[in-house]
Amino acid sequence: MQQSSNIICTTCPVGCSLQVTHDVGQICQIEGNACKRGLDYARSELQDPRRMVTTTVRVRGGTQPLLPVHTARPFPKPAIFALLSALRQLEVAAPLHIGQPVLANALGSGIDVLASRDLPARLEHPDT
Amino acid sequence: MLPQVVDVLVVGSGPAGLAAAVAAKRGGAERVLIVERDREAGGILQQCIHNGFGVELLKEDLPGPSYAQHFIDQARRLGIELLLDAMVLEVQVPFVAHAISRGQGYIEVQARALVVATGARERTRAQIRLPGTRPAGVYTAGMAQRFVNVEGFMPGKRFVILGSGDIGMIMARRLTFEGATVDRVIEIMPYLTGLTRNYVQCLLDLEIPLHLSHTVGRVIGGSRVEAVETVQVDAQRRPVPGTEEVVPCDTLLLSVGLLPEVELLQTLGAALDPITGGPVVDQSMQTTVHGLFAAGNVVHIYDLVDWVTEAGLLAGTSAALYARGELHGGLQHVAARPIHVRVGNNVRYVVPQLLDAGCLSQGEHKIQLRVLHPVEEPAWVRVVAGNEQIVRKALRYARPGEMITVVMDSKAVERLRLGEELTVSVLPR
Ligand SMILES: Cc1cc2nc3c(=O)[nH]c(=O)nc-3n(C[C@H](O)[C@H](O)[C@H](O)COP(=O)(O)OP(=O)(O)OC[C@H]3O[C@@H](n4cnc5c(N)ncnc54)[C@H](O)[C@@H]3O)c2cc1C
Ligand code: SF4
Repeated sequence: MQQSSNIICTTCPVGCSLQVTHDVGQICQIEGNACKRGLDYARSELQDPRRMVTTTVRVRGGTQPLLPVHTARPFPKPAIFALLSALRQLEVAAPLHIGQPVLANALGSGIDVLASRDLPARLEHPDT
Repeated sequence: MLPQVVDVLVVGSGPAGLAAAVAAKRGGAERVLIVERDREAGGILQQCIHNGFGVELLKEDLPGPSYAQHFIDQARRLGIELLLDAMVLEVQVPFVAHAISRGQGYIEVQARALVVATGARERTRAQIRLPGTRPAGVYTAGMAQRFVNVEGFMPGKRFVILGSGDIGMIMARRLTFEGATVDRVIEIMPYLTGLTRNYVQCLLDLEIPLHLSHTVGRVIGGSRVEAVETVQVDAQRRPVPGTEEVVPCDTLLLSVGLLPEVELLQTLGAALDPITGGPVVDQSMQTTVHGLFAAGNVVHIYDLVDWVTEAGLLAGTSAALYARGELHGGLQHVAARPIHVRVGNNVRYVVPQLLDAGCLSQGEHKIQLRVLHPVEEPAWVRVVAGNEQIVRKALRYARPGEMITVVMDSKAVERLRLGEELTVSVLPR
C-alpha cells in the first residue's frame, strides 16, 4: 500500500520540505528536494531513522556531579527513550576522560556511549 | 606566582576567550593570562551538552563540552595561564584590571593589550515586560539548561517555552528526555527563529507543538506558576482579542534572546553599536579604545561557535600585534583613516563597522551581517562603495536566524578609497 509522508530534510541548512510517496520503505516518488542528498535522507528516515543522543550520567567523586555523554554514532530513533532510561540507572566514578566509553554496545546496538569531556576526581577538601 | 604584568589579558574563557589567548600566544605574546569567573573554563559550552559544534572549523560534529576541551587543552599545552573563580570588576586605560578571586582575594593585573570575551546574558522577564503575577517558576532557558545539565536538578514538570530560538528548542528536547512534559513552544514571529535541524530533531521528533505568531499574554499563579495565557498576535505583533488560551503548566521558560555583556567595555569608554548592543569593532576586532579588543557573543550574537572561535583567533592575533606596537602597520588604530561600513536594504547590522583604509590591501576581510526579514528565494548581498559595487555574493535564501558572511578579497579592497563609506544590502536576485 502506497503512503505519503512529509519529511523535512536536515542534511543542510536549506531544510527542504519533501513530499514522499513510499511503499514499505521503498520510495516511489519524491518532490521538493533541491538536491540529490534529499533522496538519501528521505530513504534513511523511512527505513532506519537515527539520531545522535546526548545526555548526562551521574558521577561519583568528581569535580562536577554530572558527566555529559554522547552516542559514538547516530542511534536508532525508536530505542532512544530506552537508552535514556538505561543511562539514568548508570553512575560512573571519576576521574573520567573524554572519549572514554561509559556504556559499551548500548542495548545491543553496537554503539558505545562516550564521555564528552574530562572530569577530574574531586580533591578531598576543595575549600581548604 | 601569577604574572602581575602581562602582554595580553583575556577576560572570559568561553570559545572566544580561549581562541584569543591561543592566537595571542602563537602570535608571539609572551605572557598571556585568561581570567574567568566560573569554576571551570569553557563558558556556555559546558552546559551545551548537545552536539552540533565544530562542523565548520574542526570538521567534526562535537558536543559543546568536547569542543571546549579541544581549546582548553590547546591553551594548556601553550602555557597560557588560566585564573579561575576570579571576576574582573573594572579595568582602567591603559590597562590595569582589578579582579577579585576566591583563592587570592583582590588582584591587579597590568596588560599591554586587553581582549574582552565576556559573552552574553539572557533577556529576562523584565526586558520583555511579561504581564501577570510574579510566581516562582519563570526561568530563562539557559538558566534551566545549567540546572539540568550541570547542577543536576529539574526546575519543573510541565513546561511552556516562549521563543523558538535554538536554546528554547534544545531545552524542549532536553526536558522531554529527562521525563518532563513540554506542552508547547510559542513564537511571537510568524517564522521559526532557530535552525530547521533543531525544529525537526527537538520538536517534530518528540511531537512538541510549535505555535507561531503567538505570545504569552499573562502569567497565572500565586506562589508558583499554575498556567500561562497564550494569545495570537497580528502582523504588528499586537494581541488578537478572543484568541486567548489558558495553558496549565508549572514552569515557563524564556528563550527570548541574548544581550552582549558589555559592562566592562562601557566603563572603558568603547563606543557601542545600538543594534548589536556590542562594541563597534574594526577588521582586527579592535574597539574604538586603543588596545582594547573584543570577540564572541559580546560583539554580536553568533549562531555557530565556529565563527566565535574564528573571531577570537583574530582578536588574539591582533592583540599580540598591538602589544608589540605593530598593529595596522604600526599605526595601531583605525581612527586615523577609517572607512565606515553601513547597513543598507534589509540588513539589520554589520560587523565590523569600521575598516582601516591603509591596511585593507593585506589579504581578504570578512563582513558579517544579519537580515531584518526572511527572504525565501535567491538573493544577492551587495557591498557598494560610493556608487560602485565592489562585492556581490549570491545566496539561496536569507534568514534572520542565520548569520551571513561576505568576503572582500584584495581585488575588491583595492577599489576602496579613503574617506569612502561602504553600504551592505540584501536584495532579491
Ligand atoms: C544554549 C545554547 C546553545 C547553543 N548551541 C549551539 C550549537 O548547537 N552549535 C553552535 O555552533 N553554537 C551553539 N551556540 C552558540 C555558541 O555556544 C556561543 O556562540 C558561544 O559559546 C559564545 O562564546 P563566547 O566565548 O563569546 O561566550 P561564553 O561562552 O558565554 O563565554 C563568556 C565567558 O566569560 C566569562 N565572564 C564574563 N564576564 C566576566 C568577568 N567580568 N570576569 C571574568 N569572567 C567573565 C563567563 O563566565 C563565561 O565563561 C549555543 C549557545 C547557547 C547559549
Ligand atoms: S534536499 Fe538538498 S538542499 Fe534540500 S535540505 Fe536536503 S541536502 Fe539541503
